[in-house]
Order: sequence, then structure tokens, then C-alpha cells
Amino acid sequence: MNLRPAIRLASAAFGLATLLSAALPAGAADSVDPAADAKAFQNYFTTKFPKLKPADFVNGPYSLNEDMHRQWVEKEEFPPYEFSLEMGKEMFAKPFRNGKSYADCFDNGGIGVRQNYPYFDEREGKVITLELALNRCREANGEAPLSYVKDEMAALTAYMAFTSRGKPFDIKVPNDPRALAAFENGKEYFYTRRGQLNFSCASCHVQNPGERIRAETLAPALGILNAMPIYRSAWGGMGTISRRFTSCNSQIRGVPLEPQSDEYRDLEYYLSYVSNGLPISGPGARP
Amino acid sequence: MKMISRRIPILALAAAFVLLATTSTSLLAAASEADFNAAYAEAEAANKQAGAQRDQWTTTAATLANAKKAAESGNFDSAVAEAREAEALAKASVFQATHEKDAWKAAVIR
Ligand code: HEC
Repeated sequence: MNLRPAIRLASAAFGLATLLSAALPAGAADSVDPAADAKAFQNYFTTKFPKLKPADFVNGPYSLNEDMHRQWVEKEEFPPYEFSLEMGKEMFAKPFRNGKSYADCFDNGGIGVRQNYPYFDEREGKVITLELALNRCREANGEAPLSYVKDEMAALTAYMAFTSRGKPFDIKVPNDPRALAAFENGKEYFYTRRGQLNFSCASCHVQNPGERIRAETLAPALGILNAMPIYRSAWGGMGTISRRFTSCNSQIRGVPLEPQSDEYRDLEYYLSYVSNGLPISGPGARP
Repeated sequence: MKMISRRIPILALAAAFVLLATTSTSLLAAASEADFNAAYAEAEAANKQAGAQRDQWTTTAATLANAKKAAESGNFDSAVAEAREAEALAKASVFQATHEKDAWKAAVIR
């Protein structure tokens, strides 16, 4: 197999294409206004899919038409994430070796709190995602951190999402320049083209939701994290937010960042905030 | 998807250009290990810059690995060609990241 000509083609085309588009205007004033961003974001999708209410967007590709929706209803009867949910529930209840448990690390014992993650920690000056908070909880109690892309982390977040189903995302961006910067960084990451294929997250999930790419229907970016973690037949298992971010990066021939790197945390912060008001629906199942 | 197909004519043109540029190197005399080391170091430096901009390409990494493999089997002509290609890919990714530093703003939903 010889990939080289294809690689040459793609990279050369990319160089020329960006040169040609370099004349485009770069956008107006750079003031950060999360509330206005969220409003415009939600408006874009509800206008693009006028039959859907905002809350309908939380089931990813299954949101988009009646046929897909019917498939979703059928799947929910025997949900393939059931196994993970059970595992998460057990893991969550089982005390650490020091006798404490996950419940001790979270508000309300960790039940029904998924909608508040990620949050901006003003002491640390950084975004804290649920996956990160879970591993910090483990480490604070003398346990080794879990892989961010494997089944155990998926199981824990599945259980926490399940206990929060129906609660609207309630992400806060405090009026702190560091929080505003994190939000803006996440937005930049979301819209920045990268990888040899020269795609941004937005190229697929804003400009082409509902379009098919290989065998898959692209999920709309509105509500795109509400159903996480997800079971995917293609993975034959569960995937965390970290797993989805890294795999979306590799499929455009970009080298993924470390899970829970600052960029991914900020990206999750941005994407969750612009879906404020939409209900948590996780865990989800996908074709 | 639309954005790919629109680039096809540009693709053909660009391909001709790049193919010319890369084949011309193989007309030169056989490459040595030192040539490879120099070419590889340049490719790695460019890829490191792409890493600092958080935009490395998987194809750069794969091509760097091919270069190394060719060098290990003593095929320095091919190793140098792969290393130059990796450098071209890495430079394209640096160019992309630099360009996107402002260009992303044009895509934001308003
Ligand atoms: C080349 C197109 C493409 C790009 C670029 C892309 N994705 Fe995806 N993404 C997909 C496909 C295909 C799927 C699986 C089908 C689906 O759910 O949309 C997916 C799924 C997802 C999902 C799960 C949605 C769900 O409900 O199942 C999330 C979250 C996601 N992507 C986030 C991102 C982020 C963040 C980025 C940028 C770092 C990104 N994607 C870039 C193609 C893309």
C-alpha cells in the first residue's frame, strides 16, 4: 500500500487552499460574552432544524429525524450501556481502602450533579471536568487514577449522568478574567482547523450536522455532551468524553492531545456552556 | 463532503508541483547516513514546532517512522526522501496553525 501520493496531494492542497482563503476577514471585536455566544449558538441550530425543540438535540445523531428517533426509542428498550451503568453504580458505592468513597468528594454525595460539570475553580484558576474530579477524588484518597479513555471511567460517569438525567446543563462562567479566557480558549479550539484534513470540530458538528460521513450521521454540536458517556457499536463498548475528543482528532489525521489537557478541558467547558438549559440524557447509545 | 470536493482542481495542480519537488531529490547521488541524520533532525524540529502549536499531524509521525525504518535497513535514499516529506508535512501543519490563529474567528456562529 502506498499512501505517499495521497499524503502529498492532501498536504499540498491544504497549503494552497489556506493561502487562497487567507484573504478572508478574521472577525470583529474580540470581547468575550459567553451568554451572547450561547444564545447565537442555540439559535443557529434551532433555525437549522426548525422542527426540533432545544431539548430534542441531546440525543446526538438520533435527534435529527423521525427515522433516527425511532431507532433511538427501540435502543432504549434494551440499552447497551446497562452493563456499564451497573458497573458504575457498584464502583461508586464501594469504599476506597481508606474507608471514604466517591460520595465524599462531591456535592450531594455525587448524585444528580453531572449538570454542574465542568466548573471553573477560582482557587486553581482552571476548568475542572467531571472525569478530572473523579480522578482527583481517587488520588486524594490514595487510589491510582483511572485511564480517561477506558471502561471504568466511562462506567463512573455513566452512573453519575444517569442520576442527573433531565437536569439542565447549568455551567457557570464567573466574571473572572481567567474563566473568560478558558471559555474563549475552548471556543478557539472548537473552531480551529487542524489535522492534515484541515477540519475543525465545527466543520463537522456545526456546518454539517445530519450529513453522513462514512456510515455515520454527524451529531449537532448543540447538546453534543449531554448524552456522554456513550456506548458505540463501532467501539463495541463505552466511550468517555476524553475518548470521543481524542478519536475525533485522530480521524482528521491530527495527533490527539493528552486527555484532560488544558485545551480539552476548556473545550468541554465551552461546549457544555453553550448547551446550558438542555437536559442531561447520558449515558447514551449510538449506532 | 463539499469542502473536500471543491479542492480537487487545486489538488491536481498542487500535486504536480510537489511531485516535481520531491522526485528531483532522488536524481542526486546516493544519500548517506549523515544526509539522513540532517534531514531527520530538520523534520523533527518542524514537528516539534507543530507540537508547541498543538497541531501535529498523524501523517507526519507516520512518515518520520518510515524514515527511521528505511535508515535502519540502510536504505538512505529512501530514508532521506521520507524525512524530507515529513518535514514538508510538519511545515504545512505549522503553517496551518499559524494561519488559524486568526482565521478561526471567521467561522464562529454569531
Ligand atoms: C471529520 C468530521 C469530524 C470532526 C472534524 C470532528 N468530529 Fe466529532 N464526530 C464525528 C463523527 C463521525 C462522530 C460519530 C457520529 C456522531 O455522533 O456524530 C462524532 C461524534 C462526536 C461526539 C459524540 C456525539 C454523540 O452524540 O454521539 C462528540 C462529543 C464529538 N464528536 C466532538 C467533537 C469535537 C469536540 C471535535 C473537535 C475536536 C470533533 N468532534 C471533530 C466526526 C467529526
